[in-house]
Amino acid sequence: MQGNNKLFHRLVIAVIVFVMLTPVLATLLYSLSTRWGATVLPEGLTFKWYIDLLSDPRFLLSFARSLFVCSAGLALCIAVMIPVIFIVFYSLPGLKKLFNFIVVLPFAVPPVVSSVGLLQLYSDGFLPISGTFWILIFTYFTIVIPFVYRSMANSFAAVSLHDLVDAARLLGASTTQAFFMCVLPNLKKGILSAVFISFSILIGEFVFANILVGTRYETLQIYLFNTRQISGHFTSALVIFYFAFIFLLTFLASRLGNRK
Amino acid sequence: MAKKHYHKRGAKALTYTALLGPFAVLFGLFQLAPVLWVAINSFLYEGEFTLDNYRSIFDSAFTLQSFYNSLWLSLISSVIGLVIALLLVNSLRKVDCRLRRAVIAFINMSSNFSGVPLAFAFIIILGVNGSVTLLLRSTGLVEEFDLYSKWGLLAIYTYFQIPLAVLLLYPAFDTLKDELQEAAQLLGATTLQYIRKVALPLLTPAIIGTFVILIANAMGAYASVYALTSGNYNVITIRIAALVSGDIFLEPNLAAAISVLLMLIMAVIVMINYTLLNRSRYARKQ
Repeated sequence: MQGNNKLFHRLVIAVIVFVMLTPVLATLLYSLSTRWGATVLPEGLTFKWYIDLLSDPRFLLSFARSLFVCSAGLALCIAVMIPVIFIVFYSLPGLKKLFNFIVVLPFAVPPVVSSVGLLQLYSDGFLPISGTFWILIFTYFTIVIPFVYRSMANSFAAVSLHDLVDAARLLGASTTQAFFMCVLPNLKKGILSAVFISFSILIGEFVFANILVGTRYETLQIYLFNTRQISGHFTSALVIFYFAFIFLLTFLASRLGNRK
Repeated sequence: MAKKHYHKRGAKALTYTALLGPFAVLFGLFQLAPVLWVAINSFLYEGEFTLDNYRSIFDSAFTLQSFYNSLWLSLISSVIGLVIALLLVNSLRKVDCRLRRAVIAFINMSSNFSGVPLAFAFIIILGVNGSVTLLLRSTGLVEEFDLYSKWGLLAIYTYFQIPLAVLLLYPAFDTLKDELQEAAQLLGATTLQYIRKVALPLLTPAIIGTFVILIANAMGAYASVYALTSGNYNVITIRIAALVSGDIFLEPNLAAAISVLLMLIMAVIVMINYTLLNRSRYARKQ
């Protein structure tokens, strides 16, 4: 009975994982095949599509653009959130409740809804940045707020912040010194894990990129969408490249998470 | 002395402003302002306060259809995704640690596999000449599978709901200790009785919470539908985007009204969730 049960559970896992894996494996196979027309399996195998992809300047440029806007938005968010979180946890704990509410807002408002207002507010007027990478940096900043705040808050909850600062000040450090030399190193792990999670989310962002900017600043996702007419094999190679990149990011995130 | 104290307080306020200011400005400009713009302009038509935008939603069968399609896709994909996730998480709890970790790592990764890349993967396997379509056709199970119809969209929605549901439900199963089942069995309960009377009530809060997030996730989904059907399938998000960035004629205020309705629907769902949650807590206290 026990053995049968275990077999049953393994079967359930195997079936579900197989179904979830099928699109990934099929795309991989498709990206490696010379032709895959009206047959169940492809005709021949080749690396041609990957070579085509890696020698396409438009692809390399769009990837670089994606890396740039994602890093800029994320860096901006981290730089802005570090003092905020310190104030909230050290001086004004009364704000904690407010911030718990604030940081779910980017989740609660679908990006399509935000983009309706963003498009009208920043197309002209005092800040005409719609259609440029600036709007992407600022919207990506809002997207990652929940992740950056959560992971930093978790790190702060793990150390007794007041004891740490008090001890440093007792030894003659100013609050600023205590912050940079004692508090900040404690945030490192939280920030790093937030970086990988946020990055894999931002690199997959399509709504803002498509509605606010589109082809005027072609990011990886927009490029991916625009290559759909070129060749299915080429597109598959691109999807696999994208997935491998995500894999690398999540792998690094989990490695950091496990290291105590 | 008093003056010095006052100075100190002034300096403190200045420090707080300097440290919290950048966040407040950026958050206000790029998160709050757009939502406020949407809320206000949904009531404006050619500069005048009116309910015309809302009226034209209910007058247009096409717009109403987008609401119906979004709700249909969200509800069904959430239910199916939830059931599959429950099955998977339950089985994961019964196998050894290494397999469990590997599967969770895989699920974690596949939670990022959504939007445009996922739509393309689906076209490759389930498109007109996709290998799975060909397999299905050769077995005679399915005559014709149209990926670009609501069934195709349901498949892709369900696919991206599963990882999210698994990741949200997985921690909740910690409450189900093996001892609970053993105790129930000792008292003469069958497995079915154990599931109905012990496991499900304990999991109810997590299940309801997950369900709400899944629905919100599906209602807000845009990239997969857009990539799969080039914006030709009528769901709310596609409607909104077409009204602000389409190439025919733009009606941002109508888009704002639809956006407000979309957020209202999500708010109602969250409220129902809270009511159910409180009730289940109440039941547990009794």
